[in-house]
Amino acid sequence: MSADAPPQWLSEVPPQPGVCKPVPILVVSQLRKSFGGLQAVDIDHLEVQRGAITALIGPNGAGKTTLFNVLTGFDRADAGVWNLDDRPVTSLRAHQVARSGMVRTFQLTKALSRMTVLDNMLLAAPGQSGEHFFQALLPGWRRQESANRQRAEILLERFQLDTMRDEFAGSLSGGQRKLLEMARALMAEPSLLMLDEPMAGINPALTDSLLAHIAELRDEGLTVLFVEHDMDVVMDISDWVVVMASGAIIAEGPPAVVGSNPDVVDAYLGRHHGEASHI
Amino acid sequence: MRRIVLLITVGLFLLGSAIPAGAQQTEGESLKGTLRQSDDEHTLVSGVIITVSAGGELIGSDVSDENGVWEIGLPEPGFYEIEISVDMLPEGVSLTDPEKTVLENVEVRPGQHKTVIFPFGEVATTDRGPLERFLNLCVKGLTFGVIVALASIGLSLIFGITGLVNFAHGELVTFGAIAAWFFNASGAGPGLHLVLAVLPALVLAGALGAALETGLFRPLRRRHAGTIPLIVVSIGLSLFLRHIYLLFMGGAPRAYDQYALQVEHSFGPVSMPPKDLVIVLLGLAVLGVVGLVIRYTRWGTAMRAVADNKDLAEASGIDVEQVVLRTWVLGTALAGLGGVFYGITQTVRWNMGFVLLLTIFAAVILGGIGTAFGAVVGGILIGITTEASTFWIPVELKFAVALGVLILVLLIRPQGIFGLKERVG
Amino acid sequence: MDLGSVFQDAMREAVGVRAAAYALAAVGLNVHFGYTGLLNFGHVGFMMVGAYGTAMTVEHGGPFWLGLLVGVLAAVALGLLLGLPTLRLRADYLAIVTIAVAEILRLTARSNVLEPFTRGVFGITNFADSFYAVNPFSPGRYHVWGTWSYDERTIWVMMVGWSAVIIISLLLLMLMRSPWGRVLRSIREDEDAARSLGKNVFSYKLQSLVLGGVIGAFAGMLLAFDTQAVNPDTYLPILTFYAYAVVILGGPGRIMSPIVGAVIFWFLLEFTDGGLRGAVDAGWFGGILDGAGIGAVRFALVGLGLMLLMIFRPQGIFGNKEEVLLDER
Repeated sequence: MSADAPPQWLSEVPPQPGVCKPVPILVVSQLRKSFGGLQAVDIDHLEVQRGAITALIGPNGAGKTTLFNVLTGFDRADAGVWNLDDRPVTSLRAHQVARSGMVRTFQLTKALSRMTVLDNMLLAAPGQSGEHFFQALLPGWRRQESANRQRAEILLERFQLDTMRDEFAGSLSGGQRKLLEMARALMAEPSLLMLDEPMAGINPALTDSLLAHIAELRDEGLTVLFVEHDMDVVMDISDWVVVMASGAIIAEGPPAVVGSNPDVVDAYLGRHHGEASHI
Repeated sequence: MRRIVLLITVGLFLLGSAIPAGAQQTEGESLKGTLRQSDDEHTLVSGVIITVSAGGELIGSDVSDENGVWEIGLPEPGFYEIEISVDMLPEGVSLTDPEKTVLENVEVRPGQHKTVIFPFGEVATTDRGPLERFLNLCVKGLTFGVIVALASIGLSLIFGITGLVNFAHGELVTFGAIAAWFFNASGAGPGLHLVLAVLPALVLAGALGAALETGLFRPLRRRHAGTIPLIVVSIGLSLFLRHIYLLFMGGAPRAYDQYALQVEHSFGPVSMPPKDLVIVLLGLAVLGVVGLVIRYTRWGTAMRAVADNKDLAEASGIDVEQVVLRTWVLGTALAGLGGVFYGITQTVRWNMGFVLLLTIFAAVILGGIGTAFGAVVGGILIGITTEASTFWIPVELKFAVALGVLILVLLIRPQGIFGLKERVG
Repeated sequence: MDLGSVFQDAMREAVGVRAAAYALAAVGLNVHFGYTGLLNFGHVGFMMVGAYGTAMTVEHGGPFWLGLLVGVLAAVALGLLLGLPTLRLRADYLAIVTIAVAEILRLTARSNVLEPFTRGVFGITNFADSFYAVNPFSPGRYHVWGTWSYDERTIWVMMVGWSAVIIISLLLLMLMRSPWGRVLRSIREDEDAARSLGKNVFSYKLQSLVLGGVIGAFAGMLLAFDTQAVNPDTYLPILTFYAYAVVILGGPGRIMSPIVGAVIFWFLLEFTDGGLRGAVDAGWFGGILDGAGIGAVRFALVGLGLMLLMIFRPQGIFGNKEEVLLDER
C-alpha cells in the first residue's frame, strides 16, 4: 500500500508537536476541554495537512475522541479556536460543522438500523432540495434523488455493499456497518474525513481492503484524519502521525520517526511497539 | 428493614394517641359530636338542638348537654342528613361558617358511632394578617410536601436503578390508601382502627411492588425493552390498575373511620389539625430512617452502587436483581404510606394517586431524579411552593404551579438540585 | 343478549365521528412518535387549542373560517412553545414536559382567571352553526344495517372527518417518502448520526411537532363540531393515551396505521361495552357489575390491551417484527 514514495512536503516539516504544515486544512489553536477537574484536552497548536492521511494516536484516555467530539461540534470546548479551510468553525453546531465539510464517523457505529442501506446513503447526500418541507411536496427533488442514487451505487460497489442496498442497516454485520458508515460519510462529500477508530472490530482481510480504499481516496484529494489504536495500520497507511497523551500532543512526525520516539514509546508503556511480535 | 418496621409501628402508636378520649360506645349505629368554640378556652356550647333525618324523614334529635356533647341513635347504617339549629345558639356564639348548618350525605356504616363536627367561633381566616395566612399555607404545604416526598422516593429510586419512568406510580400511592381503607372503613373488611389497618396495607403494597417487578418489569428488562415500550407499558398498567380500583371501591370518595374531621389546634400564628402535625412528624421520621438506611446500611450502599453503575456493582458481587426487588418493595410501601396520609388529609378516591402523579414527577425532577434525598427535598419544596402560591394565585391553579416548576427545572437545570449532570441528556 | 345489535352498534361507532377524530389525532401523533421518535405525551393539548381556538373566535363574534385559522395558528404556536425549549431533552423527560404543558393549558382554561375568554368550567357551546349550515345532506336518517344508522348532521361530520383523514394521510405519504421524511426517520433512528451528516435535527423536530400538532388540532376541532361544545374536562391526558393506543395498535411509522388502528380500537371498545351491557342485562354477572362498572371494565381493558400489545406485538398490525428487533433502544 505505502510502497509509493512519501509526499514531498514531509521532508520539509520538522517532526515537532504543534508544527505548522505547508497547506493546512485544519488549524487548531489553544484548545482546552476539561471534565470536572480532569483536563481532557490541552492543545496549544495543531495543523492537519491537506490531502494527506494523518493518524491521531495515543493511549486510552489521551483525549483523542474528546478532541474529535469538540472539533466536530458534538461537545463544547472550554476555550480555543479552530478553522477549516480558513473558515472559523469553532462555535458551529454539529450539523453545521458537517455541512462545512468536516464529516466524522463514530467509534460505535451509528447505522440507522431501521432504514435500508441505500436510504442511509441517500440521507447523507448534501444539498437536497427535497429535504425542505414545502419543496418535498413538489416533484422537483426527484432528479436530484436519481443523481444521488447513482453516486450512492458507485460508493456502495466500492465498499462491496451494493448487494445489501435494500437490507435494513441493522441487519448488517459489524464490519459491514463500519463500511457503511464510511461510505455514508463519503457520500456527504467531505473535505476533511474524520474517522474514529475505523478498523476496530474488523477482521484483518477486510482491514487491508479498507486501507486500500482510504489510500485511494487520499490520492483523489481527500484529507483524512483518523484515530486508531492499531499501530500496524497506522504505520502502513499514514503520511503523518500525531501522538496525544493526557490531553496534550507529545509528538508529531512521519510514522517511522514517531515510532522510534522514546517519549511515544513511554506513553504507551512499550505495549505496542518495540516488541518483536509485531507483524 | 426491621428498623423501618419498628419505627413505623412506634409512629403509628403516636398517631393513635391523637384519638379523642371519652367516646361513648353503644350497640348499633349513632351520630354524635361535641360542640365547642375554637377559641383558646374551647368553650363548650350547650343547649343546641341537632336533628338527623334521612330521605326527608326525621330520624331523631338531641340537645347538646353541659359538656357540649350530643348523640342520636340511628335505626340502621346508611346516609343521613344532620342539621344544627342556629336559632337556639347562645349569645356570642356562632358557627364558623354560618351558611353551613346542614351536613348532607353523611355515611354511617354498620356498628359505627360516627363523630361529626360543627365548628364554632370566629371565622379565623379573614382575621388573619397576610403573614399569618402565608405561614399557614406553608404549613399546609409542608404536610402536603411530606406526603409527596414519601410518594416520590419510590419513583426516583426505581428510575435511578432501572431507568424506568413509572407512569403507574400514582396507582401505587392509591393502592396504599385503598388497602388501608379496606382494612379500616370498608364494609367488607375487618374494621380495624386506622393505625392498625396501615400495617397490612403497607405489607400488601410492598407485595404489589414485588409482584410488579418480578412479573412485569424484570422480564421486560431482560428482553432489553427500550425506554419507550417500558413507558407505554407503565401507562397501560396505570390505566388498568386505576380502573380496577374503580371497580373495587366505586367512584364516590371514602373517608377513614378515624381522623376524618378534626378541629385545628393553634401553635402561635399557625394552626393545623393534629392529624396534619402527626403526618408531618411521622412522615419526616420515616423519611429520616429511610435516609439513614440508604446512607449507612449495606443494603443502602448496594442500592447506591447499582444506581451509579450497574455493571460495576454486579462485578463487585452485588446481587443486582435482589437490590432492584427490594427497592421496588421499599418504594411501593413508602408510596402506599404517602397514600394513606393523603387519604387522611383528603379522602380516598380511585384516582387520587393519578391526580398526584404529575406533582410527584415535579418533585422528583426538582430534587434530581435517581436520588432519594432529592425526592424528599423536591417533594417538600413542591408541597410548600404549591400551597404557598395560592397566596397570589387562584386556588384552582395550584397544581399548575407544580407543573410550572417541573418545566422550569427541566429547562434550566434538568438534573435537578441533587442530580448529576451526566444523567440527563 | 342480541349480539347482532351489539355488533351493529360497534360498527356504527367504529367508522363514526369519534373514530375519525381519533384517527386524525393518531395521524398527527404518528408524525411525532411513529416517524420522528418524539415522545409527545401532551397531544391532547393540540386537540384542545384547535377546538378552543375555533370556539373562542366564534364565541367572540368572529367568522367561522377565522375560527379555523385561529385554531391552526394556536396549534402552531403550541408546537413552537413546546418544542423550542424542550427538544434537546431526552425522550422520557420530553414525555413528562409535554404532559405537564397540556395539563397546565387545561387547568388554565378551566380556571376562573380566564373565564371571560374560555368560559371556565362550563366551556363554550353552539359555535359550529356555520359548519352545519353547509351540510349537503338532507335531514333524515341514513341507514346502513339495523341499528347502524346516522342522522344527517352526524353523517356530514363523518364525511368531513374521514375525508380529512384520507387527504392528510395521502399528503403524509408523499412527505414521508421524500427526503424530508427520510431525515425525520433518521432522527428517530439516531440523532447524532443525522447531525454528523449535516442535518439540523432541532429544526426538523420542530417541524414535525408543528405538523403533527396542527393535525391534532383538526382532530380536536372535529370532535368539537360534533358535540358542539368545548369543555376543559374533555381534554384530559387519557385522550393522548388513547391516541397512542391507536398508533401502536396499527404500528408506528406506517401511514395506514392510524386509520385501521382507530377503526379497530373503537370497534373493540364499543363491542366490549355493548357486550358487557348486554351480559349484565341478561343477568350473566349476577349483579356484580353495574353501569359505572362497565365503564371501568372498558378502560381497564384498554390499559391491559395496551400493555399486552407493547409486550407481545409492539410493531402493531402493519409493522414487521424485524424492525422491532432492530430497535436497539
